[in-house]
Amino acid sequence: MATHTSEKKTIAGCEIELLKGGNGPPLVFLHGAGGAHNWMPYMERLSEHFALTVPSHPGWGRSDTPDWLDGMGDLAYFYLEFLKEMDLGKTHLVGNSLGGWLALEIAVRSTAQIETLTLVSAAGIHVDGVPKGDIFLWDDNERVYNTFYDPKFAEARLAKQPSEEDANISLKNHFSTAKMAWHPRFYNPELQKWLHRIDIPTLILWGDSDKIFPPAYGRAMQKLIPGSKLTILPECGHLPQQEKLEDFISGVTAHTNGAAS
Amino acid sequence: MKFYFFHLMPYQDIDPDYLKTNKSSWINLPNSYYDPKKGAKLYHRYLDELELADTLGFDGVCVNEHHQTAYGMMPSPNVLAGALSRRLKKATVGVIGRALPIVDNPLTIAEEFAMIDNLMEGRFIAGFVRGIGCEYHASMTNPGFSLERFREAHDLIVRAWTDPGPFEFYGKHYHYQYVNPWPRPYQSPRPPIWIPSQGSTETVEFAAHPDRRYTYIITFSPVASVRKNMKAYRDQCQVYGYECPAEQMGWAMPAYIAETDAIARKEAAPHIESLFNKFISSPSQYKLPPGYSSLASYKAVMEGKYKVRENYLDCDSLIENGMFLCGSAETVAAKLEEYQKEMGFGNIAPMLQFGTLPKELTEKNLRLFAEEVIPKVRHLGVDMETLAAE
Repeated sequence: MATHTSEKKTIAGCEIELLKGGNGPPLVFLHGAGGAHNWMPYMERLSEHFALTVPSHPGWGRSDTPDWLDGMGDLAYFYLEFLKEMDLGKTHLVGNSLGGWLALEIAVRSTAQIETLTLVSAAGIHVDGVPKGDIFLWDDNERVYNTFYDPKFAEARLAKQPSEEDANISLKNHFSTAKMAWHPRFYNPELQKWLHRIDIPTLILWGDSDKIFPPAYGRAMQKLIPGSKLTILPECGHLPQQEKLEDFISGVTAHTNGAAS
Repeated sequence: MKFYFFHLMPYQDIDPDYLKTNKSSWINLPNSYYDPKKGAKLYHRYLDELELADTLGFDGVCVNEHHQTAYGMMPSPNVLAGALSRRLKKATVGVIGRALPIVDNPLTIAEEFAMIDNLMEGRFIAGFVRGIGCEYHASMTNPGFSLERFREAHDLIVRAWTDPGPFEFYGKHYHYQYVNPWPRPYQSPRPPIWIPSQGSTETVEFAAHPDRRYTYIITFSPVASVRKNMKAYRDQCQVYGYECPAEQMGWAMPAYIAETDAIARKEAAPHIESLFNKFISSPSQYKLPPGYSSLASYKAVMEGKYKVRENYLDCDSLIENGMFLCGSAETVAAKLEEYQKEMGFGNIAPMLQFGTLPKELTEKNLRLFAEEVIPKVRHLGVDMETLAAE
């Protein structure tokens, strides 16, 4: 079993936490609204194939909340700086939900440091006539149940009593999510004009039962990104890396290997 | 003291069972519950009640702003202030207030308020609020920028009224090459500003500041909080180096007067309970979107206040904790006297219509308040200087 470490890194005056583990080609995982300050099974599995880095975004987890953090553009420029300073060479980039949106914002600006892109239930675009879930109007229980296809995952999460630190971080993450995504809700109207700039191999993974961003969002995204591939996972909600871990890992490894060969 | 009849204009003809199938009276309560025929009648009835207050001798009448809710039919209070402006003979009209952060062009507020001030020939009070959390869902304004936008819009509006135009204004959220509103306000240098609040420290510091000295109005609070917040405001004025005059503080609360305490309770109970248990009702994530307040106060509020409000609030407990002033004129006047002497406020904004309170009882309430309560307490909270001037 690979071990993981926690490191701090300061960029643009903002100290963030990085969880790192494993060896192999570099892969950066950009987390979604819920954050990623605890080492999770999907990180463990990714670290069996990659030199994995999971940063907590500015405003999330144990990272600072900088004064300059006003929108997704700020995070995108932060991460362009991050990719340059980390000196990883070209890295595989995986983003889930809000982290997928972030990956898109980075990639339309520059793909120079990115080998491949994997978008997992990514936010960032709007599809007319397909209502999204409203995580801000759902109560805590609804939010958890609507995240998964299989209520057993929701029940397991709700049964766990969070530590005080986890509860505080969860609230902090929720605040930062609102700051980034309240309006326009979870998308940037300018983004879809420029997704054609993405010139690297792109895989889009989506749960067929995603209640936050329905799979129509995945299909629309696939049409906007030249050469991208879409895989819809059956009986899966918004977090394939938790609910369909094997499919997530095989999807990412096949995509990144295919790109390397 | 001065007395302002504060109307909330609930859509009171709603199906009484609506909360059995809906989570909230706000944001996404389907507007199919709104019947325009009944709504139109209510608007006219409520305006009649505000006009009656003028003839009964209230110093002013107040309206306010809420969106997408059965709680109040005033998404644009300025429309109603405009309607009232041609009818009020003596009373001042207060819009307490407009939610500044939720508009993208706050200059429209400077313009519309200046129009009302002109129409009223100066009998106008401008109220500024951030707007409650629900408005951020309804308007999609990012709650994380609420405080910044409030401060910036406020600065813009006050400068638009007081600095000669045109001038440039470039803020973080609002940007203008030419700030130059026509008309200018009737009052010079500007209309008085009221800040309705439930007591946040930031608001106290902001409103009491010597550059502003805005009238601080505590709304919808148990008397213990009113006491605490007014003390905090007076203390803040002292920190700034001046004594808070009575006219710089006020209290807005639902009130009901009848012939005896028992009659008052009996007549008011179902209606005040409809206000607190139905019209105000919404889950905490509706009321408190993330970023609207600091992390620390968000946690405190979630753990405290809203937990309490999950319980049914009956008329007796509302009277008991002082959220609701109810009783005979003697009882209510005695309470007001006691509270005024203790807290030193100079303005009262009683909500004399609330929830499902019907027309007849509202009018009776207005008359008894005007004829039997006001004369008993009007002399309180008047500064000696003001008395001498009169």
